[in-house]
Amino acid sequence: MTAQLTPGFANPPIEAAHAFRQVLEAMAHPGRIMGLAGIAAPAPCSAAAACVLLTLVDGTTPLHLAGAHDCAPVRDWVRFHLGAPLVGPQEAAFALGTWDALGPLAIYPQGSAEYPDRSATLIVECVALQASGARLTGPGIKDAAWLNLPDPAALRTNAALFPRGVDIMFTSGAQIAALPRSTQIGDA
Amino acid sequence: MTAYNFAYLDEATKRMLRRAILKAVAIPGYQVPFSSREMPMPYGWGTGGVQLTAACLVPEDTLKVIDQGADDTTNAVSIRKFFARVAQVATTEATGAASIIQTRHRIPEAPLQEGQILVFQVPIPEPLRFLEPRETETRTMHALEDYGLMQVRLYEDIARHGEIARAYAYPVRVEGRYIMDPSPIPKFDNPKLDNCPALQLFGAGRECRIYALPPYTRVESLDFEDYPFTPSKAAGQCCALCGAMDSYLDEVITDDAGGRMFVCSDTDYCATRVAVQAEDAA
Ligand SMILES: [Zn+2]
Repeated sequence: MTAQLTPGFANPPIEAAHAFRQVLEAMAHPGRIMGLAGIAAPAPCSAAAACVLLTLVDGTTPLHLAGAHDCAPVRDWVRFHLGAPLVGPQEAAFALGTWDALGPLAIYPQGSAEYPDRSATLIVECVALQASGARLTGPGIKDAAWLNLPDPAALRTNAALFPRGVDIMFTSGAQIAALPRSTQIGDA
Repeated sequence: MTAYNFAYLDEATKRMLRRAILKAVAIPGYQVPFSSREMPMPYGWGTGGVQLTAACLVPEDTLKVIDQGADDTTNAVSIRKFFARVAQVATTEATGAASIIQTRHRIPEAPLQEGQILVFQVPIPEPLRFLEPRETETRTMHALEDYGLMQVRLYEDIARHGEIARAYAYPVRVEGRYIMDPSPIPKFDNPKLDNCPALQLFGAGRECRIYALPPYTRVESLDFEDYPFTPSKAAGQCCALCGAMDSYLDEVITDDAGGRMFVCSDTDYCATRVAVQAEDAA
Protein backbone atom coordinates (compact mmCIF):
# COMPACT_ATOMS: atom_id res chain seq x y z
CA MET A 1 0.00 0.00 0.00
CA THR A 2 1.27 3.48 -0.83
CA ALA A 3 1.17 6.46 1.46
CA GLN A 4 -1.13 8.27 -0.97
CA LEU A 5 -3.96 5.74 -0.62
CA THR A 6 -7.18 7.77 -0.43
CA PRO A 7 -10.18 6.59 1.57
CA GLY A 8 -13.29 4.99 0.11
CA PHE A 9 -16.84 5.70 1.25
CA ALA A 10 -16.94 6.85 4.89
CA ASN A 11 -20.40 5.28 5.31
CA PRO A 12 -20.56 2.65 2.54
CA PRO A 13 -24.24 1.57 2.75
CA ILE A 14 -25.55 5.14 2.57
CA GLU A 15 -23.00 6.62 0.17
CA ALA A 16 -23.18 3.66 -2.19
CA ALA A 17 -26.98 3.95 -2.18
CA HIS A 18 -26.79 7.64 -3.09
CA ALA A 19 -24.15 7.01 -5.74
CA PHE A 20 -26.13 4.17 -7.28
CA ARG A 21 -29.27 6.30 -7.59
CA GLN A 22 -27.25 8.93 -9.48
CA VAL A 23 -25.78 6.24 -11.75
CA LEU A 24 -29.23 4.68 -12.24
CA GLU A 25 -30.72 8.07 -13.13
CA ALA A 26 -27.88 8.57 -15.60
CA MET A 27 -28.39 5.15 -17.19
CA ALA A 28 -32.18 5.58 -17.26
CA HIS A 29 -31.81 9.00 -18.93
CA PRO A 30 -29.01 8.63 -21.49
CA GLY A 31 -27.08 11.84 -22.01
CA ARG A 32 -28.33 13.46 -18.80
CA ILE A 33 -25.41 14.84 -16.80
CA MET A 34 -25.64 13.88 -13.11
CA GLY A 35 -23.51 14.84 -10.11
CA LEU A 36 -21.42 12.14 -8.47
CA ALA A 37 -19.06 13.44 -5.80
CA GLY A 38 -17.79 12.83 -2.29
CA ILE A 39 -14.70 10.77 -2.99
CA ALA A 40 -11.04 11.77 -3.06
CA ALA A 41 -9.94 9.62 -5.97
CA PRO A 42 -6.38 8.55 -6.78
CA ALA A 43 -5.06 10.56 -9.76
CA PRO A 44 -5.77 10.39 -12.65
CA CYS A 45 -9.10 8.83 -11.63
CA SER A 46 -12.01 11.29 -11.37
CA ALA A 47 -14.22 11.47 -8.28
CA ALA A 48 -17.18 10.30 -10.37
CA ALA A 49 -15.31 7.29 -11.73
CA ALA A 50 -14.11 6.34 -8.24
CA CYS A 51 -17.72 6.55 -7.00
CA VAL A 52 -18.87 4.23 -9.79
CA LEU A 53 -16.12 1.74 -8.96
CA LEU A 54 -16.90 1.75 -5.22
CA THR A 55 -20.59 1.29 -5.96
CA LEU A 56 -20.48 -1.47 -8.56
CA VAL A 57 -17.09 -3.19 -8.68
CA ASP A 58 -15.77 -5.87 -6.33
CA GLY A 59 -13.94 -9.18 -6.27
CA THR A 60 -16.50 -10.74 -8.62
CA THR A 61 -16.05 -8.18 -11.42
CA PRO A 62 -12.81 -8.22 -13.43
CA LEU A 63 -11.57 -4.67 -14.08
CA HIS A 64 -9.40 -3.36 -16.89
CA LEU A 65 -7.33 -0.26 -16.22
CA ALA A 66 -6.29 1.43 -19.47
CA GLY A 67 -3.44 3.83 -20.21
CA ALA A 68 -2.58 6.37 -17.52
CA HIS A 69 -5.18 4.83 -15.19
CA ASP A 70 -3.07 1.67 -15.08
CA CYS A 71 -0.69 3.17 -12.51
CA ALA A 72 0.45 2.18 -9.03
CA PRO A 73 -1.79 4.59 -7.06
CA VAL A 74 -4.95 3.46 -8.89
CA ARG A 75 -3.95 -0.22 -8.77
CA ASP A 76 -3.28 0.04 -5.01
CA TRP A 77 -6.59 1.79 -4.46
CA VAL A 78 -8.44 -0.87 -6.47
CA ARG A 79 -6.68 -3.66 -4.60
CA PHE A 80 -7.47 -2.16 -1.20
CA HIS A 81 -11.04 -0.91 -1.71
CA LEU A 82 -12.48 -3.20 -4.38
CA GLY A 83 -10.42 -6.37 -4.57
CA ALA A 84 -11.30 -6.61 -8.25
CA PRO A 85 -9.02 -8.80 -10.39
CA LEU A 86 -7.15 -6.64 -12.91
CA VAL A 87 -7.47 -8.08 -16.39
CA GLY A 88 -7.06 -7.34 -20.08
CA PRO A 89 -9.90 -5.80 -22.08
CA GLN A 90 -11.17 -9.15 -23.40
CA GLU A 91 -12.05 -10.38 -19.89
CA ALA A 92 -13.26 -7.11 -18.40
CA ALA A 93 -16.66 -6.63 -16.77
CA PHE A 94 -15.65 -3.01 -16.17
CA ALA A 95 -12.96 -0.88 -17.77
CA LEU A 96 -11.60 2.51 -16.82
CA GLY A 97 -9.60 4.96 -18.89
CA THR A 98 -9.74 7.75 -21.43
CA TRP A 99 -11.44 7.07 -24.76
CA ASP A 100 -8.12 6.80 -26.58
CA ALA A 101 -6.55 4.57 -23.94
CA LEU A 102 -9.50 2.16 -23.80
CA GLY A 103 -9.09 1.36 -27.49
CA PRO A 104 -11.69 -0.11 -29.87
CA LEU A 105 -15.01 -1.06 -28.25
CA ALA A 106 -15.02 -4.38 -30.11
CA ILE A 107 -12.20 -5.80 -27.95
CA TYR A 108 -14.47 -5.78 -24.87
CA PRO A 109 -17.08 -8.48 -24.08
CA GLN A 110 -20.23 -7.67 -26.06
CA GLY A 111 -22.50 -10.31 -24.50
CA SER A 112 -24.06 -13.11 -26.52
CA ALA A 113 -27.40 -13.23 -28.29
CA GLU A 114 -28.70 -15.42 -25.43
CA TYR A 115 -27.01 -13.41 -22.66
CA PRO A 116 -26.52 -9.83 -23.91
CA ASP A 117 -26.09 -8.71 -20.28
CA ARG A 118 -22.72 -10.48 -20.13
CA SER A 119 -21.07 -7.44 -21.62
CA ALA A 120 -18.58 -4.87 -20.40
CA THR A 121 -19.36 -1.49 -18.87
CA LEU A 122 -16.79 1.13 -19.84
CA ILE A 123 -16.04 4.12 -17.63
CA VAL A 124 -14.68 6.72 -20.02
CA GLU A 125 -12.85 9.64 -18.40
CA CYS A 126 -13.48 12.90 -20.25
CA VAL A 127 -12.12 16.44 -20.06
CA ALA A 128 -15.66 17.82 -19.76
CA LEU A 129 -19.27 16.68 -20.19
CA GLN A 130 -21.52 18.98 -22.20
CA ALA A 131 -25.14 18.71 -23.29
CA SER A 132 -24.18 19.46 -26.86
CA GLY A 133 -22.82 17.57 -29.84
CA ALA A 134 -24.41 14.30 -30.91
CA ARG A 135 -28.22 14.04 -30.82
CA LEU A 136 -29.43 11.07 -28.73
CA THR A 137 -32.82 9.37 -28.94
CA GLY A 138 -34.27 6.10 -27.67
CA PRO A 139 -35.40 4.55 -24.37
CA GLY A 140 -35.00 6.93 -21.42
CA ILE A 141 -35.08 10.05 -23.59
CA LYS A 142 -38.31 12.05 -23.88
CA ASP A 143 -37.63 13.80 -27.16
CA ALA A 144 -33.91 14.14 -27.66
CA ALA A 145 -30.76 14.66 -25.59
CA TRP A 146 -27.34 15.90 -26.59
CA LEU A 147 -23.91 14.86 -25.37
CA ASN A 148 -20.37 15.59 -26.50
CA LEU A 149 -19.44 12.05 -27.54
CA PRO A 150 -15.79 11.30 -28.27
CA ASP A 151 -16.44 9.24 -31.41
CA PRO A 152 -20.09 9.12 -32.58
CA ALA A 153 -19.31 6.74 -35.45
CA ALA A 154 -17.78 4.07 -33.19
CA LEU A 155 -20.62 4.44 -30.69
CA ARG A 156 -23.17 4.16 -33.51
CA THR A 157 -21.55 0.84 -34.50
CA ASN A 158 -21.91 -0.33 -30.90
CA ALA A 159 -25.61 0.66 -30.81
CA ALA A 160 -26.18 -1.25 -34.06
CA LEU A 161 -25.20 -4.46 -32.24
CA PHE A 162 -28.25 -4.17 -29.94
CA PRO A 163 -29.17 -6.18 -27.90
CA ARG A 164 -25.45 -6.98 -27.75
CA GLY A 165 -22.86 -4.28 -27.18
CA VAL A 166 -21.13 -2.44 -24.35
CA ASP A 167 -22.60 0.24 -22.08
CA ILE A 168 -20.72 3.42 -21.36
CA MET A 169 -20.47 5.84 -18.47
CA PHE A 170 -18.72 9.10 -19.28
CA THR A 171 -17.12 10.69 -16.23
CA SER A 172 -15.47 14.05 -15.66
CA GLY A 173 -14.59 15.46 -12.25
CA ALA A 174 -17.74 15.01 -10.17
CA GLN A 175 -20.07 14.40 -13.12
CA ILE A 176 -21.39 11.36 -14.97
CA ALA A 177 -23.49 10.77 -18.08
CA ALA A 178 -24.39 7.36 -19.48
CA LEU A 179 -24.78 5.92 -22.94
CA PRO A 180 -26.36 2.47 -22.88
CA ARG A 181 -26.28 0.39 -26.07
CA SER A 182 -30.00 1.11 -26.59
CA THR A 183 -29.41 4.78 -27.46
CA GLN A 184 -29.64 5.87 -31.08
CA ILE A 185 -26.94 8.34 -32.03
CA GLY A 186 -27.73 10.98 -34.63
CA ASP A 187 -25.66 13.78 -36.07
CA ALA A 188 -24.29 16.74 -34.20
CA MET B 1 -28.78 0.19 17.26
CA THR B 2 -29.81 -1.88 14.29
CA ALA B 3 -28.28 -5.29 13.77
CA TYR B 4 -28.77 -5.26 10.00
CA ASN B 5 -27.26 -3.28 7.16
CA PHE B 6 -29.07 -0.30 5.60
CA ALA B 7 -31.98 -1.67 3.53
CA TYR B 8 -31.37 -5.14 5.01
CA LEU B 9 -29.16 -6.61 2.27
CA ASP B 10 -25.37 -6.72 2.59
CA GLU B 11 -23.29 -4.49 0.31
CA ALA B 12 -22.00 -7.32 -1.92
CA THR B 13 -25.58 -8.42 -2.63
CA LYS B 14 -26.65 -4.86 -3.38
CA ARG B 15 -23.71 -4.41 -5.79
CA MET B 16 -24.76 -7.59 -7.61
CA LEU B 17 -28.38 -6.41 -7.80
CA ARG B 18 -27.32 -2.92 -8.89
CA ARG B 19 -25.17 -4.28 -11.71
CA ALA B 20 -28.09 -6.42 -12.89
CA ILE B 21 -30.48 -3.44 -12.71
CA LEU B 22 -28.17 -1.31 -14.86
CA LYS B 23 -27.89 -4.05 -17.51
CA ALA B 24 -31.67 -4.45 -17.42
CA VAL B 25 -32.08 -0.72 -18.03
CA ALA B 26 -29.55 -0.86 -20.87
CA ILE B 27 -31.42 -3.73 -22.57
CA PRO B 28 -35.13 -2.84 -22.17
CA GLY B 29 -37.39 -5.88 -21.86
CA TYR B 30 -34.54 -8.42 -21.58
CA GLN B 31 -34.58 -10.63 -18.47
CA VAL B 32 -31.26 -10.38 -16.62
CA PRO B 33 -30.49 -13.40 -14.40
CA PHE B 34 -29.42 -12.61 -10.84
CA SER B 35 -28.70 -14.54 -7.66
CA SER B 36 -31.84 -14.14 -5.60
CA ARG B 37 -31.31 -13.84 -1.85
CA GLU B 38 -33.36 -15.15 1.03
CA MET B 39 -35.59 -12.39 2.33
CA PRO B 40 -37.42 -12.40 5.66
CA MET B 41 -40.70 -13.11 3.88
CA PRO B 42 -41.97 -16.03 1.82
CA TYR B 43 -41.86 -16.22 -1.98
CA GLY B 44 -45.15 -14.94 -3.31
CA TRP B 45 -44.77 -11.97 -0.99
CA GLY B 46 -42.75 -10.19 -3.60
CA THR B 47 -39.17 -11.10 -2.73
CA GLY B 48 -38.05 -10.05 -6.22
CA GLY B 49 -39.64 -6.65 -5.83
CA VAL B 50 -38.32 -6.33 -2.28
CA GLN B 51 -34.76 -6.98 -3.43
CA LEU B 52 -35.06 -4.35 -6.20
CA THR B 53 -36.48 -1.82 -3.76
CA ALA B 54 -33.70 -2.57 -1.27
CA ALA B 55 -31.06 -2.05 -3.98
CA CYS B 56 -32.54 1.30 -5.05
CA LEU B 57 -33.55 2.92 -1.75
CA VAL B 58 -31.83 5.96 -0.29
CA PRO B 59 -32.73 7.30 3.18
CA GLU B 60 -34.46 10.33 1.61
CA ASP B 61 -36.93 8.16 -0.33
CA THR B 62 -40.67 8.07 0.31
CA LEU B 63 -41.99 4.57 -0.27
CA LYS B 64 -45.47 3.45 -1.29
CA VAL B 65 -46.40 -0.24 -1.44
CA ILE B 66 -49.59 -1.50 -3.06
CA ASP B 67 -51.10 -4.93 -3.48
CA GLN B 68 -53.83 -5.19 -6.15
CA GLY B 69 -54.04 -1.39 -5.96
CA ALA B 70 -54.58 -1.29 -2.19
CA ASP B 71 -52.18 0.18 0.38
CA ASP B 72 -53.81 -1.59 3.32
CA THR B 73 -53.47 -5.32 2.56
CA THR B 74 -51.33 -7.50 4.83
CA ASN B 75 -48.70 -7.89 2.11
CA ALA B 76 -48.44 -4.16 1.38
CA VAL B 77 -48.41 -3.15 5.04
CA SER B 78 -45.73 -5.68 5.99
CA ILE B 79 -43.41 -4.66 3.13
CA ARG B 80 -43.89 -0.97 3.97
CA LYS B 81 -43.17 -1.59 7.65
CA PHE B 82 -40.13 -3.69 6.74
CA PHE B 83 -38.49 -0.84 4.81
CA ALA B 84 -39.51 1.80 7.35
CA ARG B 85 -37.60 -0.32 9.88
CA VAL B 86 -34.52 -1.44 7.92
CA ALA B 87 -34.01 1.69 5.79
CA GLN B 88 -35.71 4.34 7.96
CA VAL B 89 -37.53 5.66 4.88
CA ALA B 90 -40.73 7.69 5.01
CA THR B 91 -43.80 5.91 3.70
CA THR B 92 -46.93 7.20 2.03
CA GLU B 93 -50.14 6.05 0.44
CA ALA B 94 -50.23 9.01 -1.96
CA THR B 95 -48.99 8.05 -5.43
CA GLY B 96 -47.84 11.60 -6.14
CA ALA B 97 -45.79 11.81 -2.92
CA ALA B 98 -43.87 8.55 -3.45
CA SER B 99 -40.40 8.40 -4.97
CA ILE B 100 -40.47 4.58 -5.11
CA ILE B 101 -43.65 2.55 -5.48
CA GLN B 102 -43.53 -1.22 -5.08
CA THR B 103 -46.55 -2.89 -6.60
CA ARG B 104 -48.20 -6.24 -7.04
CA HIS B 105 -50.68 -6.60 -9.91
CA ARG B 106 -51.54 -2.94 -10.58
CA ILE B 107 -50.20 0.34 -11.94
CA PRO B 108 -51.55 3.37 -10.05
CA GLU B 109 -54.28 5.36 -11.82
CA ALA B 110 -52.62 8.73 -11.15
CA PRO B 111 -50.04 9.40 -13.89
CA LEU B 112 -46.50 8.68 -12.74
CA GLN B 113 -43.83 11.39 -12.84
CA GLU B 114 -40.26 11.59 -14.01
CA GLY B 115 -37.93 10.62 -11.15
CA GLN B 116 -40.33 8.06 -9.71
CA ILE B 117 -39.44 4.35 -9.75
CA LEU B 118 -42.18 1.73 -10.05
CA VAL B 119 -41.06 -1.71 -8.82
CA PHE B 120 -43.19 -4.67 -9.92
CA GLN B 121 -43.39 -7.97 -8.08
CA VAL B 122 -43.27 -10.69 -10.73
CA PRO B 123 -44.26 -14.34 -10.24
CA ILE B 124 -43.44 -15.67 -13.74
CA PRO B 125 -41.12 -13.42 -15.76
CA GLU B 126 -41.04 -15.51 -18.94
CA PRO B 127 -43.85 -14.54 -21.37
CA LEU B 128 -43.11 -17.58 -23.53
CA ARG B 129 -43.28 -20.06 -20.62
CA PHE B 130 -46.84 -21.17 -21.45
CA LEU B 131 -45.68 -22.07 -24.96
CA GLU B 132 -42.37 -23.64 -24.05
CA PRO B 133 -41.43 -24.82 -20.54
CA ARG B 134 -37.71 -25.22 -21.27
CA GLU B 135 -35.59 -22.20 -20.28
CA THR B 136 -32.93 -23.00 -22.91
CA GLU B 137 -35.60 -22.92 -25.62
CA THR B 138 -37.25 -19.68 -24.54
CA ARG B 139 -33.83 -18.05 -24.24
CA THR B 140 -33.06 -19.06 -27.84
CA MET B 141 -36.44 -17.76 -29.00
CA HIS B 142 -35.68 -14.37 -27.44
CA ALA B 143 -32.16 -14.41 -28.89
CA LEU B 144 -33.40 -15.15 -32.41
CA GLU B 145 -36.43 -12.86 -32.00
CA ASP B 146 -38.36 -15.99 -32.90
CA TYR B 147 -41.82 -15.00 -31.70
CA GLY B 148 -43.87 -16.77 -34.38
CA LEU B 149 -45.22 -19.36 -31.94
CA MET B 150 -46.56 -16.58 -29.70
CA GLN B 151 -48.33 -14.96 -32.65
CA VAL B 152 -49.85 -18.32 -33.64
CA ARG B 153 -51.09 -18.98 -30.12
CA LEU B 154 -52.69 -15.55 -29.80
CA TYR B 155 -54.36 -15.97 -33.19
CA GLU B 156 -55.73 -19.35 -32.08
CA ASP B 157 -57.29 -17.49 -29.14
CA ILE B 158 -59.06 -15.19 -31.56
CA ALA B 159 -60.26 -18.12 -33.65
CA ARG B 160 -61.63 -19.83 -30.55
CA HIS B 161 -62.91 -16.93 -28.42
CA GLY B 162 -63.25 -14.08 -30.89
CA GLU B 163 -60.56 -12.16 -28.99
CA ILE B 164 -57.21 -12.66 -27.29
CA ALA B 165 -58.41 -14.34 -24.11
CA ARG B 166 -56.02 -12.78 -21.64
CA ALA B 167 -57.26 -10.39 -18.99
CA TYR B 168 -53.96 -10.32 -17.02
CA ALA B 169 -50.25 -10.52 -17.83
CA TYR B 170 -51.07 -9.55 -21.40
CA PRO B 171 -47.73 -9.74 -23.29
CA VAL B 172 -46.05 -6.63 -24.68
CA ARG B 173 -43.32 -5.85 -27.19
CA VAL B 174 -40.62 -3.49 -25.93
CA GLU B 175 -39.13 -1.00 -28.43
CA GLY B 176 -40.01 -3.43 -31.21
CA ARG B 177 -37.59 -6.04 -29.84
CA TYR B 178 -38.19 -8.15 -26.71
CA ILE B 179 -41.54 -9.67 -25.84
CA MET B 180 -42.06 -9.06 -22.12
CA ASP B 181 -44.46 -10.19 -19.41
CA PRO B 182 -45.76 -7.06 -17.65
CA SER B 183 -46.52 -9.15 -14.51
CA PRO B 184 -50.16 -10.02 -13.71
CA ILE B 185 -51.48 -6.47 -14.07
CA PRO B 186 -54.91 -6.26 -15.74
CA LYS B 187 -54.59 -5.51 -19.45
CA PHE B 188 -56.44 -2.29 -18.56
CA ASP B 189 -53.07 -1.11 -17.19
CA ASN B 190 -51.02 -2.03 -20.27
CA PRO B 191 -51.29 1.41 -21.94
CA LYS B 192 -49.71 2.95 -18.81
CA LEU B 193 -46.51 0.98 -19.49
CA ASP B 194 -45.96 2.84 -22.76
CA ASN B 195 -43.94 6.05 -22.83
CA CYS B 196 -44.15 6.24 -19.02
CA PRO B 197 -42.07 9.07 -17.48
CA ALA B 198 -41.15 6.85 -14.50
CA LEU B 199 -38.52 4.10 -14.49
CA GLN B 200 -40.19 0.68 -14.28
CA LEU B 201 -38.29 -2.24 -12.72
CA PHE B 202 -39.52 -5.83 -12.59
CA GLY B 203 -38.25 -8.41 -10.08
CA ALA B 204 -38.94 -12.14 -9.99
CA GLY B 205 -37.48 -13.56 -6.75
CA ARG B 206 -38.14 -17.26 -7.20
CA GLU B 207 -37.11 -17.27 -10.88
CA CYS B 208 -34.17 -14.91 -10.29
CA ARG B 209 -34.86 -12.43 -13.09
CA ILE B 210 -34.74 -8.65 -13.29
CA TYR B 211 -35.99 -6.62 -16.23
CA ALA B 212 -36.73 -2.99 -16.86
CA LEU B 213 -38.48 -0.34 -18.89
CA PRO B 214 -36.53 2.93 -18.91
CA PRO B 215 -38.67 6.10 -18.93
CA TYR B 216 -40.25 6.95 -22.29
CA THR B 217 -39.86 3.44 -23.67
CA ARG B 218 -42.18 2.27 -26.46
CA VAL B 219 -44.30 -0.61 -25.13
CA GLU B 220 -46.92 -2.17 -27.41
CA SER B 221 -49.46 -4.79 -26.39
CA LEU B 222 -49.36 -7.67 -28.87
CA ASP B 223 -52.22 -7.60 -31.33
CA PHE B 224 -53.15 -8.03 -34.97
CA GLU B 225 -54.18 -5.50 -37.59
CA ASP B 226 -57.68 -6.98 -37.80
CA TYR B 227 -57.88 -7.54 -34.02
CA PRO B 228 -56.37 -4.45 -32.35
CA PHE B 229 -55.61 -4.51 -28.63
CA THR B 230 -58.40 -3.18 -26.39
CA PRO B 231 -57.74 -2.42 -22.69
CA SER B 232 -61.24 -3.57 -21.75
CA LYS B 233 -63.02 -3.08 -18.46
CA ALA B 234 -66.59 -3.64 -17.35
CA ALA B 235 -68.57 -1.47 -19.75
CA GLY B 236 -70.67 1.33 -18.31
CA GLN B 237 -69.59 0.70 -14.71
CA CYS B 238 -68.42 3.46 -12.41
CA CYS B 239 -67.00 3.41 -8.90
CA ALA B 240 -69.73 3.29 -6.23
CA LEU B 241 -67.60 5.40 -3.86
CA CYS B 242 -66.06 8.14 -6.03
CA GLY B 243 -67.95 7.81 -9.31
CA ALA B 244 -64.79 7.37 -11.40
CA MET B 245 -65.50 6.14 -14.91
CA ASP B 246 -61.85 5.88 -15.91
CA SER B 247 -60.38 3.61 -13.23
CA TYR B 248 -59.99 -0.13 -12.87
CA LEU B 249 -62.79 -1.51 -10.68
CA ASP B 250 -62.99 -4.43 -8.28
CA GLU B 251 -66.30 -6.09 -7.56
CA VAL B 252 -66.76 -6.33 -3.79
CA ILE B 253 -69.38 -8.16 -1.76
CA THR B 254 -71.08 -5.68 0.56
CA ASP B 255 -73.28 -7.86 2.78
CA ASP B 256 -74.29 -11.42 3.66
CA ALA B 257 -77.25 -11.21 1.28
CA GLY B 258 -74.87 -11.20 -1.68
CA GLY B 259 -75.09 -7.46 -2.30
CA ARG B 260 -72.21 -6.23 -4.44
CA MET B 261 -70.77 -3.08 -5.88
CA PHE B 262 -67.89 -1.90 -8.03
CA VAL B 263 -65.17 0.23 -6.44
CA CYS B 264 -61.77 1.53 -7.58
CA SER B 265 -59.03 -1.06 -7.13
CA ASP B 266 -56.60 1.86 -6.55
CA THR B 267 -57.52 2.88 -2.99
CA ASP B 268 -55.42 6.06 -2.99
CA TYR B 269 -56.97 7.25 -6.26
CA CYS B 270 -60.46 6.60 -4.88
CA ALA B 271 -59.85 8.18 -1.46
CA THR B 272 -58.28 11.26 -3.08
CA ARG B 273 -61.32 11.71 -5.33
CA VAL B 274 -63.74 11.23 -2.42
CA ALA B 275 -61.82 13.82 -0.36
CA VAL B 276 -61.89 16.37 -3.21
CA GLN B 277 -65.62 15.82 -3.66
CA ALA B 278 -66.22 16.31 0.09
CA GLU B 279 -64.22 19.55 -0.04
CA ASP B 280 -66.18 20.80 -3.05
CA ALA B 281 -69.47 20.00 -1.33
CA ALA B 282 -68.47 21.83 1.87
ZN1 LIG C 1 -63.40 5.15 -6.69
